[in-house]
Amino acid sequence: MVPSTQKLIHTFGALADLGQEVANTGDFSEMVRTSMHLLLGTLALRRGAVAEFSPARALECVAVWGLDEQLLSQFQIRGEEEIELLGLQWPAFLVAEGRSSFFERHQAALAREGIELIAPMIVRDKLTGFVLLGGKASGEEFSAEDFETIRAMVRHIGVGIHTHRLIEQVAQRAEENRRLYEDLRAIYRDTVRAFAAAIDIKDKYTQGHSERVGRYSEIIAREMGWSEDEVEGIQIAGYLHDVGKLVVDRNIINAPYHIDAKQSSELNKHPAAGYEILAAINHPYADIPLMAKYHHERLDGRGYPDGLVDEQIPLGAKIVALADSFDAMTTDRPYRRRRSFEDVVRDLRQNTGTQFDPNVVAAFARALLKEVTGETKDRRIVKMLGKGYLEEDNVPTLLNDLIADLSDRSRPTALSGRQ
Amino acid sequence: MDSLIGATVRSHCVGTTAVVYASDYLNKLTGEKIERECRRQLDSGCRALVIDFGDTQLVNSIGISILLGIINVAEKNGAQVVFSDVNNQTVELFDMLGLTRHVALARNEQEALSNISGLDPTPTLH
Repeated sequence: MVPSTQKLIHTFGALADLGQEVANTGDFSEMVRTSMHLLLGTLALRRGAVAEFSPARALECVAVWGLDEQLLSQFQIRGEEEIELLGLQWPAFLVAEGRSSFFERHQAALAREGIELIAPMIVRDKLTGFVLLGGKASGEEFSAEDFETIRAMVRHIGVGIHTHRLIEQVAQRAEENRRLYEDLRAIYRDTVRAFAAAIDIKDKYTQGHSERVGRYSEIIAREMGWSEDEVEGIQIAGYLHDVGKLVVDRNIINAPYHIDAKQSSELNKHPAAGYEILAAINHPYADIPLMAKYHHERLDGRGYPDGLVDEQIPLGAKIVALADSFDAMTTDRPYRRRRSFEDVVRDLRQNTGTQFDPNVVAAFARALLKEVTGETKDRRIVKMLGKGYLEEDNVPTLLNDLIADLSDRSRPTALSGRQ
Repeated sequence: MDSLIGATVRSHCVGTTAVVYASDYLNKLTGEKIERECRRQLDSGCRALVIDFGDTQLVNSIGISILLGIINVAEKNGAQVVFSDVNNQTVELFDMLGLTRHVALARNEQEALSNISGLDPTPTLH
C-alpha cells in the first residue's frame, strides 16, 4: 500500500526532529525520552520503552511510556541468544512470532505487558539494547512500512545512546586524568619541599631558608599578577634555588665566619651546579632550572655565574634573588644577628636598580604592606619573619616611602641609569 | 475561572469536566504542559477531559505521543476524553494514526460539554 502524503510528511518531520535530538549532547535521559516519544508518536503507539544492556547483560530501562519500568529488569540475555539475534539481522521482531530463542523465552511476559514488537539496537555489530513497542492506536498490524520507519529511528536512537555513553566515558576519563594529574602535582610539590628541607639541613644556620624563599617568591609573583600556574612554578623554583649547594663542601657552607676568596669561589658554583641538577628533570613548570641558575645575578652585571644584566635575567630569577636576599637579611647567621627592618628597607632602597629589580621590590613591599595594614588577612610574610620583628609603628611608613621611591625609579629613564 | 499553567496552558472546569486549551503548535514543550494539566485535573477528581484545539495549527510526533499518554491515563481513571475544535488537517492526522478510535471529536467546546453531560450521548464526529 502506498503511504499517504500526510503520513510521509508526519514521518519525515519526526525523522528530522530525531536527528536533531540524538545530536543533542545535553541531558542523556531527556534525549532518550524525547527520541522514544518521537518514535511512538510517528506510529501512534501507546506503549514503549528504550532499554540498554548493563555490563552484566541485564536490560535496564532508559525511557518508558505506558509500561511498568520494573518489567524490563527480569530480562537477561544469554551469550548464545545474543549471537543468534545478531546473526538474524532483523530490524524488529513481532513478539507473537517468537523467531529467536530470547523472544521465545520471554514471549509470555512480553505479551502480558502488551509489548508487540521489539527492535534490537545494534551499534557497530554489538547488541546494545532493545526498543519495545506496542499498542498501535489504529489497532492495525505493523506494516512493512512501519518496520522500515522503526529500523531507521531505532538505528538513530542506538547511535545517539552510544555516542552519549562514549562522551560520558571520555568525560569520566578526563576527570580521572585531571585528578591523577592533581595528585601527581601534589606528590611533586611534597617531594620538592622534602628536597628543599634536605638542602637546608646541609646548612645548619639556614634551616627553613629554601621553604621561606619559595613562599616569598610565590607571594611576590602573585602580587605581580602572575597566573596560578606560574606562581606554583616560581614557588618550586624558590624551594630548589639552592639545590646546587649539595655539591659544595659542607665545611664551606657551615663556616662560622666570613669565608675566604677560594671558598667563596667554590660556594659561588652552586647556582650553575643547581642548573645542571635541575635541567635533567622534566618539571611541570617552565624555567625552574634558569631561575635557580640566575638567582645570584644582578641588574648591573656584577652577579654570577654569567654576569648577566637586567633584561638578560629572567624575571623569575629576579624574584627568587630578592626572596633569597630578603631571607638572608632577616634571619640570623653564624657571624651576625639579623638586621632590623629599617636597615633591610634601607638596603633594598640602596640596591634596587643595581642588584634588585624595582618592580619586584615594589611588589614585595606592596604585599608586605597589605599584611601589616590588615588589607589582607593573609599574614604569611609577618609569620615567617617571626613575632616581634615588625612591631615598630613606622613599618607602614617605611614601606609606603619605599613604594613611592620605587615608582619613580621604575620609569624607563630611571631604568637606563641602573645599568 | 480560567487558570494559566506555565503561561501557555489555559484550563477551566465545568462540573467534573476539565477543559484544557492546546496552544498553536503541539510539540514536546507545550504537550508536556498540557499533559501535566490533564493529570492534575484528573487527580483532582475530574471525570472527563475536553482538549480544545481551536488555536492549534500543527501537532508533531511528540504531540501525538503525549496525547496518547493522556488517553491512557484518562482510561485508567475511567475518564472520557473529547477533542474539540480540531482543524481538518489535524483531524485527518488523528484519523490516519487511529487516535479517533479512542476519543470523541466535537465541533466546539459547547458541543463537547453537551456530549459529556449526556444531553447528546453520541459524540459528533467530523
